[in-house]
Amino acid sequence: METDNSRSNLDNAADSAEAHGGLFSWLDRRTGLNSLLHIALDEPVPGGARLAYIFGSGLLFLFLSQVITGVFLLLYYVPAADHAHTTVAYITKAVTAGSFVRSIHAYGSSAVIIVLLLHMTQTFLYGSYKGRRDLLWVAGCVLFVLMLGMAFTGYLLPWDQKAYFATTVGTNILSEVPFVGGALKSLLRGGTEMGTLTVSRFFVLHVFAIPACIFAFVGIHVYLFRQAGAAGPIEPSKHPAELFYPRQVLLDVGFALAIMACLGLLAHYAPTELGPRANPADTQYIPRPEWYYIPIFQWLKYWHGALSVVGILVIPGIVALALLLLPFFDRRPERRPWKRPIAVTIYAAVFIALGILGGLSHRNDMRDPSTAAQIARQDKDEKVFMKEPFQPDLSGSSVAAVNTALTTDPLAAKGKTIFEAQSCNACHGDGGVGTAEAPKLVGVSAKFDIKKLEAILKQPSTAMVQGGMTPTDLKDEDLKALIAYVESLK
Amino acid sequence: MNAGQGRTVDNAAGSRPARRSFLAALLGLGAAVVGAVLSVPLIRMVLYPLLRTTTPESWSDVGSEAELGSASTPARKTILVEQRDGWRKVVSEKPVYVIKDPNGQLAVLSAVCPHLGCLVAWQADRDEFICPCHQGHFGADGKLLSGPPPRGMDRLDSKIQNGVLQVHYQYFRQLVPDKEVIG
Repeated sequence: METDNSRSNLDNAADSAEAHGGLFSWLDRRTGLNSLLHIALDEPVPGGARLAYIFGSGLLFLFLSQVITGVFLLLYYVPAADHAHTTVAYITKAVTAGSFVRSIHAYGSSAVIIVLLLHMTQTFLYGSYKGRRDLLWVAGCVLFVLMLGMAFTGYLLPWDQKAYFATTVGTNILSEVPFVGGALKSLLRGGTEMGTLTVSRFFVLHVFAIPACIFAFVGIHVYLFRQAGAAGPIEPSKHPAELFYPRQVLLDVGFALAIMACLGLLAHYAPTELGPRANPADTQYIPRPEWYYIPIFQWLKYWHGALSVVGILVIPGIVALALLLLPFFDRRPERRPWKRPIAVTIYAAVFIALGILGGLSHRNDMRDPSTAAQIARQDKDEKVFMKEPFQPDLSGSSVAAVNTALTTDPLAAKGKTIFEAQSCNACHGDGGVGTAEAPKLVGVSAKFDIKKLEAILKQPSTAMVQGGMTPTDLKDEDLKALIAYVESLK
Repeated sequence: MNAGQGRTVDNAAGSRPARRSFLAALLGLGAAVVGAVLSVPLIRMVLYPLLRTTTPESWSDVGSEAELGSASTPARKTILVEQRDGWRKVVSEKPVYVIKDPNGQLAVLSAVCPHLGCLVAWQADRDEFICPCHQGHFGADGKLLSGPPPRGMDRLDSKIQNGVLQVHYQYFRQLVPDKEVIG
């Protein structure tokens, strides 16, 4: 009882002392902010601050940028096959700063890979994975794989042509896994084929599951780093140890600003594009993954038949495992790279091989005229789509309303029977919704007025004729009805 | 506050407190400025739906002028109204009444009661519009005759294009004596 009283007296005294000490002092006593800052900022950096140490914090900064831009993209994105593309088009074409934020997010994913490779290379060259830093390296490797997973799952979400086909190929690779491959592929896709359930699964992985793991492993990685202490320079330095704050903090902040400036300039002057909506029936499309997956993509081309397991699983598996377990079989304390010629040569060889594979892939694409032409066509389609104004989706219930209304306009109703009698719907789809053979006619009235439509129907453009469109040979009144129907498709 | 901060950092680092706290203040200020600049596109993205200029005026077809002009009593028509809902386009059916104004011109009334928003029905036998909810009575021209509504039925903007009567559908604030557009 008495001790309680005396304690509360003490508390009161402390409270009034805090009031005198100012806001910061009070906040510090309540939260321990100062000691937290002390722990964060006053970590000794052996041999002093260096540019070589900026990559880790640069990655942390990039990850936060991805989280923030990702959250803002979620304001408008809908993860379903029938809306994903429309909502990303809305973000890109309609929403203020939407294209900019999406571009920061898309370019940010590439930046993560680049800085990750720099971070890993620095750690490797400095031999900083050795000794008590072994588990720290392993946690870093896990983060690498998680980041590659983020890049892979995020790529599908816009549901445009390249997203759809690149992910179709990417998930097909899983079926090479012996025994359980097919099951794994179906599990990831949510069925045997790519569809709306695939979008849901990739969305959950990209937005919840993998980020949760990344947060956890970033925590583990930073904790293990502080537990082991900074590795410091390769050779004993003349410089004494220096605290993390201020010089290293300034270097890190400068790097973060440089990253942001690069991303901002890229996003402003070369915004990320969106291609036409995924068309699963398109048999012409040549999928190509993002640049950092191109070497693997090229590598897979060389493995066929029974050997493909070796190329697709065994060899990459061995490389990944070797990288993961590096600190456990490379136990010599030697850190100077010039005294570790074998390790450095292998590391360099792997990256040179990846670079060569990437170059070969590009050269193969450019040398084959039909491939080069198709890829050029795909690029052009993307440019054309980007120039088109945003087309809103017609909500489900509205389609019924429009169809009911159609019956009240006799001319359009007559046009509908002509549309079907002339087999226009065979290529343009029932109700003009479009198929793999021919574009949709819904909303065409926004592009062409009645006169233009009549001219095109009588004399299609060369591109249309190549696509299989035949000139319409109808009586004037039938043509009028057909046009009335096509114009009514909204 | 600054003195306190300087002292603690000083204790931890053991060197040049003034320079360190000045740098900390500069860093804090710089971070705040850069953070503010970076948040501009994000804030613009959030505010987009609120600051977007209104959708272009859309006109809905009511029917042909000739057909409507020959009808004597107010004619109930269902029109299709196109609205933008974010990235969707919603087409919904709305009831309107076509009447002839004193000059013999076609005019369109919204069927929404200006009292509490029920749909007003035309009673041909009584030559009146009657709201079934609270017994608001309106004349064949839409003027308020009796009941709780604060004003007569709302007239919608209409025009005739290529022989077709078109209407610009709008909603009006209820329970106020003057017509006031709300969307």
